[in-house]
Amino acid sequence: MTGLAPPAVRVRPATGSAGGRSGSIAWMALPALAIFVAFGVIPLVGVLLLSFTRWNGIGAIHPAGLDSWRTVLTDPGLPHALWVTFLVMALSWAFQTPMSLLMGVFLAGHQRYREILAIVYVVPLLLSSAALAITYKALLDPNFGLGAGLGIPLLAQDWLGRSTLALCVVVFVVSWQFIPFHALIYQGGVRQIPVTLYEAAQIDGAGRIRQFFSITLPQLKYTIITSSTLMVVGSLTFFDLIFVLTEGGPGDATRVLALDMYKRGFQANLMGPASAIAVILVLVGLALALLLRRLGGRDASASQQEGM
Amino acid sequence: MAHSAMSRRSFLNLAAGTGAGVALAACGSSGPGQGEGGSEATYWYLTGAPGEQIRTNTVNRFNKANSDSQIKPTAFENDAYKTKIRTAIGAGQAPTIIWGWGGGGLKSWVDAGQVDDLTDWFAQNPAVKDRLFPSSFGAATVNGKIYAMPCETVEPIVLFYDKRAFDKIKAEPPQSWGEIMSLVPRFNAAGIAPFSLAGQSRWTNMMWLEFLFDRIGGPEVFQAVFDGEKGAWSNPASLDALTKIQDLIKANGFVKGFSSVVADANADQALLYTGKAAMMVHGTWTYGSMAEEGGNFVSGGNLGFMNFPPVEGGKGDPSDTVGNPGQYLAISSKASAEQKETAKKFFSTAVLDDTEIGEWLDTGGVPIVKGSESKIASSKAPEFLTFVNETASKAKVFAQSWDQALSPTAAEKLLDNIAKLFQLSITPQQYVDNMNQVIGQ
Repeated sequence: MTGLAPPAVRVRPATGSAGGRSGSIAWMALPALAIFVAFGVIPLVGVLLLSFTRWNGIGAIHPAGLDSWRTVLTDPGLPHALWVTFLVMALSWAFQTPMSLLMGVFLAGHQRYREILAIVYVVPLLLSSAALAITYKALLDPNFGLGAGLGIPLLAQDWLGRSTLALCVVVFVVSWQFIPFHALIYQGGVRQIPVTLYEAAQIDGAGRIRQFFSITLPQLKYTIITSSTLMVVGSLTFFDLIFVLTEGGPGDATRVLALDMYKRGFQANLMGPASAIAVILVLVGLALALLLRRLGGRDASASQQEGM
Repeated sequence: MAHSAMSRRSFLNLAAGTGAGVALAACGSSGPGQGEGGSEATYWYLTGAPGEQIRTNTVNRFNKANSDSQIKPTAFENDAYKTKIRTAIGAGQAPTIIWGWGGGGLKSWVDAGQVDDLTDWFAQNPAVKDRLFPSSFGAATVNGKIYAMPCETVEPIVLFYDKRAFDKIKAEPPQSWGEIMSLVPRFNAAGIAPFSLAGQSRWTNMMWLEFLFDRIGGPEVFQAVFDGEKGAWSNPASLDALTKIQDLIKANGFVKGFSSVVADANADQALLYTGKAAMMVHGTWTYGSMAEEGGNFVSGGNLGFMNFPPVEGGKGDPSDTVGNPGQYLAISSKASAEQKETAKKFFSTAVLDDTEIGEWLDTGGVPIVKGSESKIASSKAPEFLTFVNETASKAKVFAQSWDQALSPTAAEKLLDNIAKLFQLSITPQQYVDNMNQVIGQ
């Protein structure tokens, strides 16, 4: 407690009291931990238990052993849903990362009108997914949408009615919504890079592009990993936008794992198999996060500014 | 690194959140449930014009007339209602009066012991039962017992058409499947889509199959599926019907991009009344909104309507129809005795009283009350209402919509496969095989 008292901090710089401080502030994690246990761990255990039962959402819950798991694992819908989830994840990552990286670098600069543009760029982030989906759906309607309204046949495609197109639309709308967020992360990352590096490069005669690839990009390594982790893991839980935009259709072309879980649980009233899919979703997410951590975390303690 | 650890933690939150979402939603009880010991009955129903206002009016009249027994109404949007009511019932928070579509959904509530058996009550109050269409009780009956009070209107599915489009190509409305197929290229040549269809909503596609199955093979074909007979979908009539619908899709019989069109936004009706499509197979409930939103389309006499035409060589009776034989009110078995009393009083004195009948007729609905002919004749749309009344009352078989008749589990599988069939991503044979696997579920 003394470590927290203002005079002590002022008198003694951090070096002397580091140990005592970390011990005394551990309780600060308790509220978050309590909420996490109540709304994270306990329901998770509940879902795991439910996956070994047969339940239609109302009425009694019957133990069913491995029935739900057998149903889910032998259903050809599962590999399909996994594949669609993977596609959405990979495509939206591949689309978002370069776009938000470039935008982040731009926002970190000192161009004219930058501040105004920055505000405009962030607007999609402020809109709710459901509202976005409804708007895009109206714009993309082949008979009453943008294409028909402006008389441009190219825009009057059956956007949400053809499998490949629908998937592309989903990836585009998701990216459109989240690029500003990741651009903000990159903006912060770029601002952390010491100006001296660029000055030295300029003296050595490096051009803008060379500076970007030799300084900005390597210096942003950890920012890229953070942003990628958020993208990849976040894309596992995409639900609202896809649900409103396509309902998983046409057919099952955009039925990602989260949507498959909802449809089984709340439309077909098969809570057992739906819980099994929820567990699979958690496991896939855990594996991915671990993998990404490994990718960037081997020298986690190493500094980005070694030798400076 | 600090942010690596952070990302893992925030990930854990995300991952666990997925599970939490399921569990929380399963026990969510937002919305008005039953107050402890409250004597006030609760009633949940659907939003949307014109039904919402009519339902609310009926409740208000009842509350005004009965100061000692009150009903508190709450309205929900259609799709949200289906999951919400189920969650509420599962959590023991159901309203006293549960609005529904009868059939498979009602049966799942009955199986879980959540709604009251009203057979004896109807036996003691024959006047309440005898004034309603007998055909409306089918979907309220589970294992020979009546579990719900039929209410509101009868809604067969019919073939709507735009008379202007037929004038333009100088053709007559189709009297057979063959004529439909020959009209398709003629409309397409004139730049009008032959049929409007809200394909993303899935049940809209299902209405086509309901008619084709009946017209080709008679009502027995789907009845066998409903009864859970093994391999019932393999009937040659069903393969024929499934092939015919894919032929129509391949011939561009439906509006371009129909898989992106959604029924909830009434975009399919808009295609018809804006002249972009010539015909539409849809429930009679769309009449009210077409009259309201379609400018002078309905009032100018441009809307034509007929029963679905026969298929050459088919076994089904051309008078057969499908749709909603009525809507249904069930009483929660968890309600207090006082609340149940209020609900029954509401059923016998307020539901479909003369004012409500008048309101339904004014908005293009035919109430499920016998002897409405004279009222229909003096209503705002006598021609359409007479047509609906005759279609419903003269049908040899009035089948309930498949997705309402089947259990929710089977219905979801059905709609899923129908969507793929219309997408041409599965063949009729694959559809049959997929559906045979889940028969009787």
